[in-house]
Amino acid sequence: MARIECNHIRHAYTANPTSPKDYALKEVNHVFEDGGAYALLGPSGCGKTTLLNIISGLLQPSHGELRFDGREVTNLSTQERNIAQVFQFPVIYDTMTVYDNLAFPLRNRSVPEADVDRRVRETLEMTGLADMAKRRARGLTADQKQKISLGRGLVRHDVNAILFDEPLTVIDPHMKWVLRSQLKQLHRRFGYTMVYVTHDQTEALTFAEQVVVMYDGEIVQIGTPAELFERPKHTFVGYFIGSPGMNVVPVSVDGRSARLGGQTIELPGAVPSSNGAGRTELGVRPEYVRLSENGIPATITKVEDIGRHRVVHANVEGHHIAAIVAEHAEIPADPKIAFDPAGINLYADSWRVELGG
Amino acid sequence: MDKPWNNKAWFMVLPVLVLVAFSAVIPLMTVVNYSVQDTFGNNIFFWVGTAWYEDILTSSRFWQAMGRNLAFSAIILAIQIPLGIFVALNMPRSGWGVPVCLVLMALPLLIPWNVVGTIWQVFGRIDIGLLGYTMNSLGINYNYVSDPVAAWITLVLMDVWHWTSLVVLLCYAGLVSIPDAYYQAAKIDGASRWAVFRYIQLPKMNRVLLIAVLLRFMDSFMTYTEPFVVTGGGPGNSTTFMSIDLVKMAIGQFDLGPAAAMSIVYFLIVLLLSWVFYTVMTNYGRDS
Repeated sequence: MARIECNHIRHAYTANPTSPKDYALKEVNHVFEDGGAYALLGPSGCGKTTLLNIISGLLQPSHGELRFDGREVTNLSTQERNIAQVFQFPVIYDTMTVYDNLAFPLRNRSVPEADVDRRVRETLEMTGLADMAKRRARGLTADQKQKISLGRGLVRHDVNAILFDEPLTVIDPHMKWVLRSQLKQLHRRFGYTMVYVTHDQTEALTFAEQVVVMYDGEIVQIGTPAELFERPKHTFVGYFIGSPGMNVVPVSVDGRSARLGGQTIELPGAVPSSNGAGRTELGVRPEYVRLSENGIPATITKVEDIGRHRVVHANVEGHHIAAIVAEHAEIPADPKIAFDPAGINLYADSWRVELGG
Repeated sequence: MDKPWNNKAWFMVLPVLVLVAFSAVIPLMTVVNYSVQDTFGNNIFFWVGTAWYEDILTSSRFWQAMGRNLAFSAIILAIQIPLGIFVALNMPRSGWGVPVCLVLMALPLLIPWNVVGTIWQVFGRIDIGLLGYTMNSLGINYNYVSDPVAAWITLVLMDVWHWTSLVVLLCYAGLVSIPDAYYQAAKIDGASRWAVFRYIQLPKMNRVLLIAVLLRFMDSFMTYTEPFVVTGGGPGNSTTFMSIDLVKMAIGQFDLGPAAAMSIVYFLIVLLLSWVFYTVMTNYGRDS
C-alpha cells in the first residue's frame, strides 16, 4: 500500500501543446492517502481515465511528477510500480481457464505455486466464481468475464494501489450493488489504497470516503459525499451531483441580499467586499427550495412523481427552478417559492464564495 | 404446421441452379464421364469402368507427383505462416509507415502468376539473371535448369515472395482489431512479450490464421502457372506437380480418360485435406 502524490501533473495527448485547451489534464495536485478509498467522479472526457492511467504508468504525464510513499516513480514502468488496475470492459485471456486467468498476474511475478493456489482460491470465493474455476473463460457471460477482470485486480496482495476504471459498467444493477459492497468490505479488511473512476454519482458516493470531482481536465472539488452535497465548491459540482442538480440562477448582490430580477433574496451572510467583478450566481439545491404561501411568485411548469417524492419544476423570474416536495404535500394554487437559508450558496465566476457572518 | 406449401418458390432459386449447373456441375460431370470411358476420337467411347482409377492409383508417377505437392505445401506453410506472423507483429500500428507497408505488402499480390514466374525465371538465370549470375560469381553452384535442389529453392523462394504478404495482411487485420485494453491489462498483469503473444495475440489471430492456412494450403497444393513458367516441371520430373502432370497427360499425351480420373482424385484430395485442416483448427482449444 502506498500514499500516492501527484505533483503538478499535466498531460496533453498532442505532441506540442500550446494553449491550455490542448491539455486533457490541466493541473493536478493531489495526495491519495495510504489506505484511502477514493472516487474520481466526472462526466465523460473530463480526464479521469487519463489521471488513472498516469498513476498506473500506462501513460507518461507531459509535465509533473508522481510519488509513491515519497519515492519518485514518474519514469517507472507499470510493472515496477506494482499497481493493479481493472478496466471498463472485461479483459480476459480467452484460452485460459478461469483459475489460470486469476493465477496469471501471480505466475508472471514468479510467486510460488502454493501461494498462487491459496490466493486464487480466496479470490474465486470472493468474486463468486468458485464453481466455474475449471471452465474456459471464453464462453462466459459479460458480467462473469468482468468478475474475472476484477479478480485479477484483487488477487495480488502486495500492490501499491488498486485502480478501477468504471469497472461495473457492463454489470447489471443488482450485481453492481453486491460487487460494490464486496469491494468496500475488501477495502476495510485489507486497507488497500483504492481509486475508483466513475461517472455515476451513486457509485462514487457509496464507494468512496473521499470523492474527487473532475471537470474539463481539472479537479474542482475534493470532499466527502456530504460536503459535495451541502457545499458544492463549483457550480459544476452542484449540477453534477444530486438528482435533479442544483438550481443556479444569475443574481446581483448588494450587501446581505441578492437580487433576482425584481425579487430580493436574503443571504445567510454578508458577501466579502473583494467580490466585485464577474458573474454572480445563486445556487440552491432542490431539497432546500420550499413551496409556501409567501416568498417569490412562481409558475409551475411540470410536476414529476418519482415515487419517493415529487419534483416540481417552476418558472421564477424567467429562470427554471426545481423543488423537491414530499409525496403527499399540498401544492398551493398560487405558489410562492422560498429558499432555506441553510442551503443558499453564492458563486462568483462559477466558484463558491464564503459568506461572512 | 399450417405453412402454405408453394412449389412456385422453386422458380426463385432456378437462376442460381442453372448458373451453378453450367459453371460447376456440368463440367465436373463431363470429367466424370471421361474418367470411366476410353476414346480414340470421333466421339466414339468405350466403357472401361474403374480401370483408369486403378491405373492412376497404382502408378508411381501419380504418387511421386503427389509427394512433391505435399512436400511443397508443407514447406510453404512452414515458412509463410511463421514469417507472416512475424512480419505482421513488427508492422507499425500508426503513422505514415502503415500505408507504406500495406502498399508494399499488397504489390506482389497484384502481379499475375505467369508474370511472377517470368520475373523469377529471368532473375534466376545464370547468364543474365541477377540472382543466378551473382550466386555463380560468388562461387556458389546454382543452376535451376540442371539442379533439382536449386529448382526447388527457386520455386519456394518465389512462392514465399509472392504469397507471404497475404498471410501478413490477414494477421495484421487480426492484430489491429485487438483493443488497447488487452495490452494495458497485460502490462498491469506483468506479462512478458512472449505471454502477450501466446495468450492475447495468437488467440485473437486464430480465425484469420485458419483462413490463411486454408488459402495457402489450397493454393500451393494446386500450384501450376509459376513452376510451369520457371522450370516446366524439370529438371527431369523433379518439379512436376500433380497439376503439371495432369496437363501433360491430358494435352501432351491426349490421354483424356486417365487425366479425367486423375482430376477427380486430385479434387477429392484437396477437398479432404481442406476439410481436415478446417475441422482441426476450428476445434482447437474448444471445450470438450
